[in-house]
Amino acid sequence: MKRLVPLIITFVVGTVLILSVFIPPMEGLGENFTLFFDIIAVFAFFLGGGNLVRVHFQKMSRKSDDWEFSIVTLVGFFVMLAAGLFKIGNPGDIASSVTADGSLFQAIYRSVFVPLSSTMYALLAFFVASASYRAFRAKNREATLLLVAAFIILLGSTPFGTMLTSWVPESWSIFQIPNLAVWLMSSPNLAGQRAIIIGIGLGVVSISLRLILGLERTYLGDDNA
Amino acid sequence: MKFISIYFVLLVSLSVSAQTNDNDSTSLLVNDSLTIKIAPPTSVIVEDYKYDDADNLQLHWVPSIDDMPQDGKVVRYRIYQSTNNGSFVLVDSVNFSVNMKKIEGLAIDSTYQFMVSAVSKNYEAKSNKTITIQTEREWINFNLASLFLIALLITSAVIYFIETARRGKELFVRKIAGLEAVDEAIGRATEMGRPILFIPGIHDMDDVQTLAAITILGKVARQVADYDTKIRMPVARSLVMTAARETIKTAYQTAGRPDAYNDDMVNYITDEQFGYVAAVDGIMVREKPATIFLLGAFFAESLILAETGNSVGAIQIAGTARPAQLPFFIAACDFTLIGEELFAASAYLSGEPKMLGSLKGQDVGKAIAMGVIIVGVISITLGEAYGIEFFSNITSSIQSFFTVNK
Repeated sequence: MKRLVPLIITFVVGTVLILSVFIPPMEGLGENFTLFFDIIAVFAFFLGGGNLVRVHFQKMSRKSDDWEFSIVTLVGFFVMLAAGLFKIGNPGDIASSVTADGSLFQAIYRSVFVPLSSTMYALLAFFVASASYRAFRAKNREATLLLVAAFIILLGSTPFGTMLTSWVPESWSIFQIPNLAVWLMSSPNLAGQRAIIIGIGLGVVSISLRLILGLERTYLGDDNA
Repeated sequence: MKFISIYFVLLVSLSVSAQTNDNDSTSLLVNDSLTIKIAPPTSVIVEDYKYDDADNLQLHWVPSIDDMPQDGKVVRYRIYQSTNNGSFVLVDSVNFSVNMKKIEGLAIDSTYQFMVSAVSKNYEAKSNKTITIQTEREWINFNLASLFLIALLITSAVIYFIETARRGKELFVRKIAGLEAVDEAIGRATEMGRPILFIPGIHDMDDVQTLAAITILGKVARQVADYDTKIRMPVARSLVMTAARETIKTAYQTAGRPDAYNDDMVNYITDEQFGYVAAVDGIMVREKPATIFLLGAFFAESLILAETGNSVGAIQIAGTARPAQLPFFIAACDFTLIGEELFAASAYLSGEPKMLGSLKGQDVGKAIAMGVIIVGVISITLGEAYGIEFFSNITSSIQSFFTVNK
C-alpha cells in the first residue's frame, strides 16, 4: 500500500499531463497539477529549513570540525528570517512587500547576498581558463581538432581575427576567420547540439514511460526488484 | 459594514469624478484645432479561437488608413468588449500596426461583442461593432496531430520492446563508459577511506533530470551500503532531500544494514544557486571526497563544481541533459553522461530486461529521426540546386509535418 498509492498518483498525474497537451478541456487540470506541486514544495521548505538549523546546531553543540562556520550560517538564517517575517525597517506596514526599498531584508540582500553571489559567479572566469587549458591540450587527434576549432572561434571574435584575413578575396570569404567562426558555430556545432537534443527528447520519453508505467520506482525509495 | 459602505461611496465618487474629467478632456481635445483626426480600423472580425477550452476568441481588423509608422498619427488601438449585450468597456490595447489580438479569460455561457478604436495623441476613432459571438470548446487539438502521431509511435515502440524483453528476448544495449565506471569509482572511495559526494543538480523533483539522478542514486547507494562507504549528499531543494533520504534508506535496508543509515547523509543547504555552490565547494575542499557524482540539472555552477572536484583529485562522473553545460563537464570530469545517457543510466545499471527494453524503444525514435534527416537533406539539396519541384514538395511536406502550431 505504501508503494501502490504513489504509483497510482504517478500514473494518473503523468497520463493527465500528457493528455492535457492534446485535449484542450484538460489543460486546466494539467495546470492545477503543476500548482499542487508548488504547494507541496512550499510545505517541504519547512523541512529544509528545519534540517539546516538542526544540522548546524548539532555541529556547534558537538564542536565538530569548523563549527565556527555554523554560527555564521545560523546568524545569517535567523537574521534574514526575522527581517522578512517582521518586515524590519519596511517603509509601509506589515502588509507591505518584503522586498520594499528601505527594508532590512532588501538592504542585507543587496549589500551582503548579491556581492557574495557575484563573487562565486566570478570564480567561473578562472575555472574556464583552467578547464580550457586541460581540454585544449593536443594529446590526440580529437583534442587537436577541438583546439583548432576553439582557436578559430576565439580569434574570430576579435578585431585581430578580422584584420588577419581581411586580404582574402570576397569570393573566398568563407575562409575569412570571422566567417569561418560563424560557420563552425552554425553548422557542425549546431548539428551536434541538435543530435544531442533529439537524443535527450527520446530519453525523456523513455524515462517518463518507465515512471508512468511503474517500471521505475527507485525515486519512491523502492528497489525496483 | 460601515467601513465597506464608506469605501463604496468613495469608490463610486472617485470613478464618477474620473469619468467627468475624462469626458471633459475628450471634449477639450476634440474642440482643439490641433486635433490629429484619424480614420477608424475597419473589417473588425471576431471568431472562435481554435483548439482551446472555450475561453478565448480571436479578433482581427484592418488597420486605420492613417496607420503609417512614418507619420506616427496612430499611437495604439483600444479594444472594447460588451458581455451579454451590456455596455462596452475597455479591455485591452495594442500598439500601432498590430491587427489582431487574442481575447483571453472568457466564459462559454456568455455572448460577446467587440469594437476596436484607433487612437492618436488626442483623438479616438471607433470601428463598427462586431457580430455577437459565443466561445466554442474543441475536444481535440488537431494542430498537434503530427506531434501526437510521433509520440504515439515512439511510445508504442518503447512499450513493444519492454514487452519483448519481458518475454525473455535478449536485447543488445551498447556499453556506456560513464556507467561502467560507477563500480570502479565507488571501489576507489572505499579503498581510500574517503566519502562519495552525490550532487543531484539544483532543480526540484518536477525536473526529469533530478528524477533520473535519484534513480541512479538508488543503485549507487546500494553499492555504498554493501561496501560500507560513506556517502554525502548536499541538496538545493527540500523535496529532493526527502526523496533522496527514502532512496538511500531503502538501499541500506535492502543491503541488510539499516543500522548504518543516517538521515544526515542527505542535508539541505539552500535554494540559492551560488549559496549552494559555495557550500558544496567548501565540502569538497574540506572533506576531499574520492568520488563525485554530478548528475541532474546544472547551470552556471557546473564548471565551478566540476573544477573544484577536479582540484581535490576526485574521480568525477557527471551527466546532464543541458547541452550548454556538457562541454564544461567533458573538460573537467573523468566521465560524462551525455544527454540521453543520463536517462538511460538507471535502466542500464539495473540490468533488468524490461528496463533495457525501454532503451531499445528509444532507438526506433532515433532511426525515424535519422531517416527523416537524410530524406530532408537529399530533398532540399536536389530541390534547391536543380529546382526539381517533386523534391521541393517533399521538403515542404516534411517541414509542415514537423512544425508544431500550438
